[in-house]
Amino acid sequence: MATQPVLRGRSADITAAGVPAGRIYVWEIPVRLTHWVNALSIVMLSFTGYYIARPYLAISPQETYSHFFMGYIRFTHFLFGYIFLASLILRTYWAFVGNQWASWRALIPFVTPEGRGLFRQSVEFYFFARREPPVVLGHNALAGFTYAIIVTLYFIQVFTGFALLGLSDPGGFWHTMTGWVFSLVHMQWIRVIHHVVMWLLIAFALQHIYVAFLIDAEESNGLISSILTGYKFIVPERHKHTDLHAPAQAEHGPDNVTAQLTTATATQPSDPRSPSA
Amino acid sequence: MSLTVERNPSESLARALLSQGVSRRDFMKFCTAMTAVLALPVRYTPRIAQALETAVRPPVIWLNFQDCAGNSESFLRANHPTVSELVLDILSIDYQEVIMAAAGHYAEENRLNTMREYKGKYIVVVEGAIPLADDGIYCVIGGHTAIDILKETAKDAAAVITAGTCSAYGGIPAAAPNPTGAVGVRDVLNNVPLINMPGCPMNVQNLTALIVHYMTFNSLPAVDHEGRPLFAYGSRIHDDCERRAHFDAGQFVEEWGDEAHRKGWCLYKMGCKGPQTAHNCSMVRWNDGMSWPVGAGHGCVGCSEPHFWDTMGGLYERLPHVQLPVGAEVTASQLGAGIVGLAAAGIATHAVASGIRAKLDPIDREVTKVEEKMP
Repeated sequence: MATQPVLRGRSADITAAGVPAGRIYVWEIPVRLTHWVNALSIVMLSFTGYYIARPYLAISPQETYSHFFMGYIRFTHFLFGYIFLASLILRTYWAFVGNQWASWRALIPFVTPEGRGLFRQSVEFYFFARREPPVVLGHNALAGFTYAIIVTLYFIQVFTGFALLGLSDPGGFWHTMTGWVFSLVHMQWIRVIHHVVMWLLIAFALQHIYVAFLIDAEESNGLISSILTGYKFIVPERHKHTDLHAPAQAEHGPDNVTAQLTTATATQPSDPRSPSA
Repeated sequence: MSLTVERNPSESLARALLSQGVSRRDFMKFCTAMTAVLALPVRYTPRIAQALETAVRPPVIWLNFQDCAGNSESFLRANHPTVSELVLDILSIDYQEVIMAAAGHYAEENRLNTMREYKGKYIVVVEGAIPLADDGIYCVIGGHTAIDILKETAKDAAAVITAGTCSAYGGIPAAAPNPTGAVGVRDVLNNVPLINMPGCPMNVQNLTALIVHYMTFNSLPAVDHEGRPLFAYGSRIHDDCERRAHFDAGQFVEEWGDEAHRKGWCLYKMGCKGPQTAHNCSMVRWNDGMSWPVGAGHGCVGCSEPHFWDTMGGLYERLPHVQLPVGAEVTASQLGAGIVGLAAAGIATHAVASGIRAKLDPIDREVTKVEEKMP
């Protein structure tokens, strides 16, 4: 990882403020891939799942051999269930082998004093007690914690989904893997959970898209395009209070740079624009 | 005085059948039907016939607790074989409150005699839930509570079979708020082989098949995680339903008596619990295979599932309601749509507030200038 240049091309220049300007490769390919596979899967699974729960389309009253609509809907639901599961497995793996911004550590910001400080700053920003969001390159601490909840919901949703699928094949793989849950939680409440979690994920998706626009506008760092290209932009103005001065440090690799960034932000006395200052 | 005087339990079935005038042909038809119910290959029919001809009839003690005698009624309506054949020949029913001739002390004596003479060999069938609240005084027979009678009788039994949902899981007596503290047999017995035959009522075909299995193989059948025999509860009603093709097509009954209902389309949207219910109703059916609830035009109510009264969404909804802390009861979709609505309202408010902030206190960054300085 250290061999990978952080700042690419001409962007590795140092601006007048003494801060390197340019773009940083933050989101690796598996991160971006699973993000969009998850997004597509959630959309497909929500539409098909809602139809399975409440089949609202009227089918023409012909003989059944000419129709298989619910069958295709269920097939699509199960297919994307498997795709979603595969995506979760890949992303979980990458949380352990990917770069620092893909790491599982982002999900639990509380364990470090820096994380707690950044978390507080994020909450202050969203509640209008602070003008600018905290300076981070990856997820902000509040987003990281939100993703911890969302990932938990993902796993609950996948587990309950495959448990319910297993009911149609008693003794099969999924029933063997998941059937025990029905002794703990009644099958009907497993269904209710599966339904409610879908709505929670839809609520999250709305919030996620809104915040992406909001932070993109406030940080001016290309947040939205970063999930397509992988690159985020360093805004020198924002980083002028950090220790990102020496060009040598920029060559040390992403770990070093971000360590500098986050530490600097957490120890930074205050943002001059913050009302709390 | 005692029913056992007329019927010698050690008499083999072959002789008993002969004395009852049951033809060999009818007997083989019965054996074939039992092979099918047990989901065994047809080559097992001779083995079953042989076992039934030679095996000693197991003595049965049938206990009634918090019940409606519905399983006894189902038992009396056995068609393969007819009730007299079943009661008199295949089983040796030594104690059954609904149909026994003996009463009072004589009846209790029958039970105690069977327990003594066939220690470790008799079968106990339990019908009805067992109340535990207030030391079990809500079901007392002959001065003894249900729980005491059950524990005493089951202690030396070869196996305990629960007939019906009440004895299997507590059933309707255990539905909220469960004032008598009713529980199923599995909650109070743990050291006796137990087979659950839930259903409201249980299908007597399955009970008969279970007994036949026991006599043929001298063992209890394989069970699932709820202790139910796999031959009867191994697949969902939905997966073998005669209306399944309409489900897969997306053709649903929208209201009772509509065109779709008259055409026999799927009852899923009318609250059918076929997808939630493991049972063989759709294959074995009821009343000599004549019909069954879904065949008659009403959705399955999930009667053979644990806690069916509290969790099956009533008879006409597919999911139970969610009780909110504020006291309201909502469906999963109402709850979820409410959460999304709140989220959307919060986002809209925040977006407006952020827009105002951006106007009043713009972030003044010289991003453009920085880029211009780049070589």
